[in-house]
Amino acid sequence: MIGTGRSVKPITARRRHPLARFAVVALALGLLGGGYALAAPNGSTADAAVASGKADDVAKGKDLFVAHCASCHGLNAEGTKSGPTLVGVGAAAVDFQVSSGRMPAADPGAQAPRKPLDEWATPEAIDQLAAYVQSLGGGPTRPTAEQVDPAKGDPAKGGELFRANCIQCHNFVGAGGALTYGKYAPPLHESSPTQIYEAMATGPQAMPVFNDSVITPEQKRDMIAYITSVRGQVDPGGAGLGRIGPVTEGLVGWVVGISLLVLAAIWITAKKRQAH
Amino acid sequence: MDTPPKAIAGVSTFVDDRLGAGSFLKRNLRKMFPDHWSFLLGEIALYSFVILLLTGTFLTFWFRPTMGEVMYNGAYEPLKGVMMSEAYASALNISFDVRGGLLIRQIHHWAALLFIAGMVVHMLRVFFTGAYRKPRELNWLIGILLLSLALFEGLTGYSLPDDLLSGAGLRITQGVILSIPLIGTYIQFFLFGGEYPGEDIISRFFTLHILLIPGILLALITAHMILMWVQKHTQMPGKGRTERNVVGAPFYPAFMAKAGAYFLFTFGVLALLGTFAQINPIWLFGPYTPADISAGSQPDWYMGFLEGSLRLMPAWEINLFGTSGGTIPLSVLIPALLPLGLIMTGLALYPFLEQWVTGDRREHHIVDRPRNNPHRTSIGISAMTFYGVLWLLGANDEISANFHIGLYETTIFGRVAVFLGPAIAYFVTYRICLGLQRKDAEIVSHGVESGVIKRMPNGEYIEVHTPPADDILAHMRGKKEIPVIESAADREGIPPKGARSLIGRLRAKMSKAYGTDRVPLEEGHGEEHVAVGAGEHKEGH
Repeated sequence: MIGTGRSVKPITARRRHPLARFAVVALALGLLGGGYALAAPNGSTADAAVASGKADDVAKGKDLFVAHCASCHGLNAEGTKSGPTLVGVGAAAVDFQVSSGRMPAADPGAQAPRKPLDEWATPEAIDQLAAYVQSLGGGPTRPTAEQVDPAKGDPAKGGELFRANCIQCHNFVGAGGALTYGKYAPPLHESSPTQIYEAMATGPQAMPVFNDSVITPEQKRDMIAYITSVRGQVDPGGAGLGRIGPVTEGLVGWVVGISLLVLAAIWITAKKRQAH
Repeated sequence: MDTPPKAIAGVSTFVDDRLGAGSFLKRNLRKMFPDHWSFLLGEIALYSFVILLLTGTFLTFWFRPTMGEVMYNGAYEPLKGVMMSEAYASALNISFDVRGGLLIRQIHHWAALLFIAGMVVHMLRVFFTGAYRKPRELNWLIGILLLSLALFEGLTGYSLPDDLLSGAGLRITQGVILSIPLIGTYIQFFLFGGEYPGEDIISRFFTLHILLIPGILLALITAHMILMWVQKHTQMPGKGRTERNVVGAPFYPAFMAKAGAYFLFTFGVLALLGTFAQINPIWLFGPYTPADISAGSQPDWYMGFLEGSLRLMPAWEINLFGTSGGTIPLSVLIPALLPLGLIMTGLALYPFLEQWVTGDRREHHIVDRPRNNPHRTSIGISAMTFYGVLWLLGANDEISANFHIGLYETTIFGRVAVFLGPAIAYFVTYRICLGLQRKDAEIVSHGVESGVIKRMPNGEYIEVHTPPADDILAHMRGKKEIPVIESAADREGIPPKGARSLIGRLRAKMSKAYGTDRVPLEEGHGEEHVAVGAGEHKEGH
């Protein structure tokens, strides 16, 4: 290869060298690549490595994509009638949807439910798939382990944010709730801290996006701390009755309370003096 | 009773000479009470009320009914450092820092649910057996008043902890008040002491909840009991029971023991629920701020039918004069007032409407079996269906979320069912009542199937029937005719005075439908079979 660090004259002299055209192409490519690397959306280091460095992951991710996702999202993730484009949704969306079993969707209903993972959907495969989708057009990346560590969050602050932003759909302990047209806010009982973070960052299905300018990563961690601490709590008052409020309480009041007392009344009055 | 033992003779004579208690007790301790399990249902409410007073007193020792902002610094970690009202902080304090506080709070809340549930089942028993009839109409009205007051007592009670869920209820209450035309705004400002939520409502509700309403409840309950005592309890039809006697056990010792035991049962069930079933977990709801609301916000069960009617109602609104002052929000006004008004007014008027329709001015001390007054029973079930649909739809979001039914589908179902359901219920109940009456008539006239098939000498098979037991027969024979007002035209073709007007003709028509006995018991036939007797009776079919 010909170096470029020489004075102008030798370059001028050699510009008709048979190898010069290759040198120009190599230079142009190098500038373009380097420029792109500087200008490209700057994700977390792990994802940047996934996106640019490990070409293997992207290639394997593409294979997985073609096998499991392309029928709805298109061969190049451009989207079809039955599924949106995935260009720009980011690794976080892929990880959320696939690690919770929502994608690949079993049937095109109002909303894809959480379900057990397919055999192929190992953490490694999800990494590869995420790398592929991230390589298509960037988007929210996955949080680091530290960003979702409940132990590092403040549950009291998180609780206030949770009540202000989440419970109108997810209920006060994240037990879930109904939405219109067959959609629903799912319960948060099984969501991992990472999935909770990713849901906020990407706004899956009926959920709005709570990006970092709306709720900062620290606040997201506080909310995760609140959600996990409350759901892990042993109900101090006995059986939690699903923690959905007065509906189950009323049901228990009637079905258990009144039934027991009616049985007691029948039992008491069945004991008669045989006087008459 | 023999002469009292010497040890207490002096004291008892002293008391007797001054209060005349001896003769009072002598008369009343032997008072007879009829025995039927359904007669104890009202006591669920009575004993729950006693427990509410006791547990409520305990709670007032620590509860601070003020809305001043404090920073929580108690034992519950996930709320540490959060700003909240003093009322909420002290309710959390009762739950986590006062010894036994959570248990007492939970018993108090469960007792509130069973207090009203007990009232409702008691009321249904009184309604379906016609025990509200003369001379007990006034006691029935006192009962309706008790039920209405209990709803307000519950509402003020669950608003006190000032948690997020109770705030949702408070906000709806405020919305309903605002929806009242002309005076709504003024009432709201008067009640809340300014803009919602203000800083007064908790302390005001506290006074209503622990002083005024329980005071009235206590007075009315006392009146209810005294009237019941003086008028004597009704009894089921049966052997030896007439309109002039009461067959049962004396208050002392038999009934007193049963009532005492039933108090302990009620207390036991409430303690069981309070221990093992969490109720109103205010720490999970968080403090109230008007900006937050949770999915699945529901009222306690007795307010559920109002919640449901609100959820069913289409968004109707009238704007008079084209100004905001002329807005009549029918979408709030109708569901808040109409079902409640229909049910409470209907209940209060029913004894008098029935008297008007049947022209029945007799006293009734023996109650009806529900099947023997099929129209009353059908009207009752119809009303229960109306209430039940509204009640169910109050939980439509939980139904939708947990059973995966579309939310709008539940609303549409409710809008249809609230009208169609009562009509179907009326028809079905009426047919069931007639069917049950036919069954009774068959037993009275033909006896009970013995399960024995006999082959006659001529080869014919017959089923052997045995006459019913005496008490069962007497119970069935207790069916009393429902009077029908005179409306037939006389010889000149002129109807009697009352039946000439439009209303009169309607009344006559209703009376005929309400009172006509479609399945009379065949008394003569039955007697004959009893006469044949000899343990079994042959009846070919």
